[in-house]
Amino acid sequence: MTTEHQSFYETPAPAGLTGIKAWLLTHDHKRLGLMYLWAVFFWLILALFLGLALRTELMSIGETIMSAEVYNATFTLHGVIMIFLFVIPAIPAIFGNFFLPIQIGADDVFFPRLNLFSWYLFMIGGFFAVIALFAGDGFPDTGWTFYVPFSVSTESNVSLTVTAAFILGMSSMLTGLNFVTTVHRMRVKGMGWMQIPLFTWSLYATAWVQILATPVVSITFVLIILERFLNIGLFDPDKGGDPLLYQHLFWMYSHPAVYIMILPGMGVISEIIPVFSRKAIFGYKGIVVSSMAIAIAGSLVWAHHMYTSGMSDVSVFVFSLLTFLVAIPTAVKVFSWISTMYKGSILMTPPLLLSLVFIYLFTVGGLTGLVLGAAGPDIHVHDTQFVVSHFHFTMFGGTGFAFFAALHFWWPKMFGIMYNFKRAYIGIILATIGFIFHYIPMFILGMQGMPRRYYDYLPQFETGNFLAGFGGYLVVAGVMMMFINLFLSFREKVEAAADPWGGTTLEWSIPSPPPVHNFIDEPVVKDYPYDFSEVIMRSKKEK
Amino acid sequence: MSEHEVEHQLSYGFLALILAGLIVLTGVTVGVSYIDWGFLNVPIALFVASSKATLVLLFFMHIKYEGLVIKVSFISTMFFLAIMISFTFWDVAFR
Amino acid sequence: MDKPVDKTGIKIGMWIFLYSEIILFGGLFVLYAVYFHMHPESFVEGGLKLDRIFGAINTLVLLVSSFTVAASITAIQRSKKMHAIWFLLFSIGCGCVFLIIKYFEWGAKFAKDLYPNSDTLLDGEPGLNVFFGLYYTITGLHGLHVIIGMVLLLISLILVIKNKVTAERYAMLENSGLYWHLVDLIWIFVFPLFYLVL
Repeated sequence: MTTEHQSFYETPAPAGLTGIKAWLLTHDHKRLGLMYLWAVFFWLILALFLGLALRTELMSIGETIMSAEVYNATFTLHGVIMIFLFVIPAIPAIFGNFFLPIQIGADDVFFPRLNLFSWYLFMIGGFFAVIALFAGDGFPDTGWTFYVPFSVSTESNVSLTVTAAFILGMSSMLTGLNFVTTVHRMRVKGMGWMQIPLFTWSLYATAWVQILATPVVSITFVLIILERFLNIGLFDPDKGGDPLLYQHLFWMYSHPAVYIMILPGMGVISEIIPVFSRKAIFGYKGIVVSSMAIAIAGSLVWAHHMYTSGMSDVSVFVFSLLTFLVAIPTAVKVFSWISTMYKGSILMTPPLLLSLVFIYLFTVGGLTGLVLGAAGPDIHVHDTQFVVSHFHFTMFGGTGFAFFAALHFWWPKMFGIMYNFKRAYIGIILATIGFIFHYIPMFILGMQGMPRRYYDYLPQFETGNFLAGFGGYLVVAGVMMMFINLFLSFREKVEAAADPWGGTTLEWSIPSPPPVHNFIDEPVVKDYPYDFSEVIMRSKKEK
Repeated sequence: MSEHEVEHQLSYGFLALILAGLIVLTGVTVGVSYIDWGFLNVPIALFVASSKATLVLLFFMHIKYEGLVIKVSFISTMFFLAIMISFTFWDVAFR
Repeated sequence: MDKPVDKTGIKIGMWIFLYSEIILFGGLFVLYAVYFHMHPESFVEGGLKLDRIFGAINTLVLLVSSFTVAASITAIQRSKKMHAIWFLLFSIGCGCVFLIIKYFEWGAKFAKDLYPNSDTLLDGEPGLNVFFGLYYTITGLHGLHVIIGMVLLLISLILVIKNKVTAERYAMLENSGLYWHLVDLIWIFVFPLFYLVL
């Protein structure tokens, strides 16, 4: 590939914009992806240190570094930022924006200006969250779930924070709208549904959940604000309302939302594993179908968060049963990834190592999810540290590590530079060991009965909490090491080839970083997106 | 895209006919509401409302002339809405 | 940038947006269904307190405006600009009439001491409070959508006058129309659920 083509960094879109305007008014999906990247980096690092502060507080009995009120606000802030500003937008908004159009051979998303608008909504939502932090009576102390009646009666800044979440939900919904339309209308000629790369497929499934589930939480947040200002009483039993309905509405979105969080991560892993196994993905159609199945089945199980809330026994039974169904498509994916590696010619790289860690951590997260999905054991461990550990295994060990994997996988494509492998490996290993140290004690603490969201605890829980805190420092050190390594690559400026890994999807057929319209020549679509025969031939020739 | 889409034109007369149908159905549902049908009250009202909604969707909103994508996704949305309501009743109806 | 405009794609995008609006109201309909199940008598009592003639007139107003919006699209397709302008003006007028009637309706309820946190509702049946709570929430949100729809129609009207919306390119008008029909569609269900469940 000749290098006479200018990358998208040199060519603003729309043409004629210069300086900062070339970024702030851009319609280019690649620039927008990067703008999301920097914003998400900021929120991730902030929330990471908030989480560390929480665990530091818990390392010893009694007040260590903060008061109980600050602790409550801190865990809410940690949750709100992580969920609404990191985990949900991270992979779709950054890598989805950047790579979805390229993977289907398009030059941009279908509604480029709407895409810019979504970014502004994202920034405004974040800005509102910051205001909520400093204005009025301080950040909410409700936890990110904003359960009534506390969220209606607390003095803290709930209204502003749920407004922020409302705006962020809108941003996420519009991104989903854009992706669905793009996938339907902008695939390059010759790309049928079964030639779409799996990352794009997972984003497509995710987008439908974003579109159909997000409005439920939007209206729920509107209702909280109305209750706070007008006191209508729709969730107040004295006035004829039912507080459980709040939980139903909330989880009607927030349970599908966990699939918004994990599906794109699974898509990333489905891209990385075949590339470094030099082998076609095992069960392409199985993975496609399971993505859609997770999206659909995941929308039917929301009340498994409410077993101890006092809802009817029939619904406990029904939702518990349905919850087990979700495990099936999830397991299909894990088996497919492992079968892909079987007898492959494995090339170890940082993205592959991260994917392997993902599979391990996510499997633990998924299996402990079954413990919680089964009504009996859940009643024992409900609202304990066990739950905290479970969802961090899926959200952090799953989506978080998939995010790191995506960063390491596509970094050379996005910036045209390669990072240092050795430092990356050290960071990954440190983070993984720290992760295990951090969260395994929480499983045990939860089984022994230590509740979540508690500021203080009984003396028998001290060892476990100390270990968890220690692990927390290792995790943060490892993650920071990975990030610093990536940032150092800007200084080291080791140029990356167009296809440094030997990938087969369309993004590897164009220069790094890509030119403004992505493709110089009309993209050639393979009959099967994961056909590695050419890559293997090429590497044999080089030898 | 390869297929050239033909825009569908509906004549004023046809649209007016649909409007007439909608007005008649409104009259029916209001009229029927003065009679007590027992437990059938709500199903009748909802049935008439759904018929009206179908007319609006099919002709005013042109869904009859749209491609498969819009038809299927619309039905899926309705299906999801039905699940939201009905699955909540696993709880509410059995308390 | 000589790509032809993909009208189907724009329509798909608009429909997806409408789905999110449907689900937004859907959340409130979940509440309605459950509370109706819990307090059936109060809901009948509440329904009797609403004026079904006003409700029926408002239904007709919206239906007629939906018709004129659909007709304005036919007019644009036939390049009959003046027809389209009059149809749109009439639709926006209908929107105003709807809101004015709504204003008097709400006013009458306020006069009867039926509003959130009024003494009558606080001291009365809890079910009645929920009925009116939902009534104000849903019709309020619906009214907001009527206003948004009118703004969209107004923008389309201006574009028609400026010849920006023509027989070749009328996606903006079509999408505003779809939005307006959705507002009508939601009212078609709100009307029997509140005024006619007796």
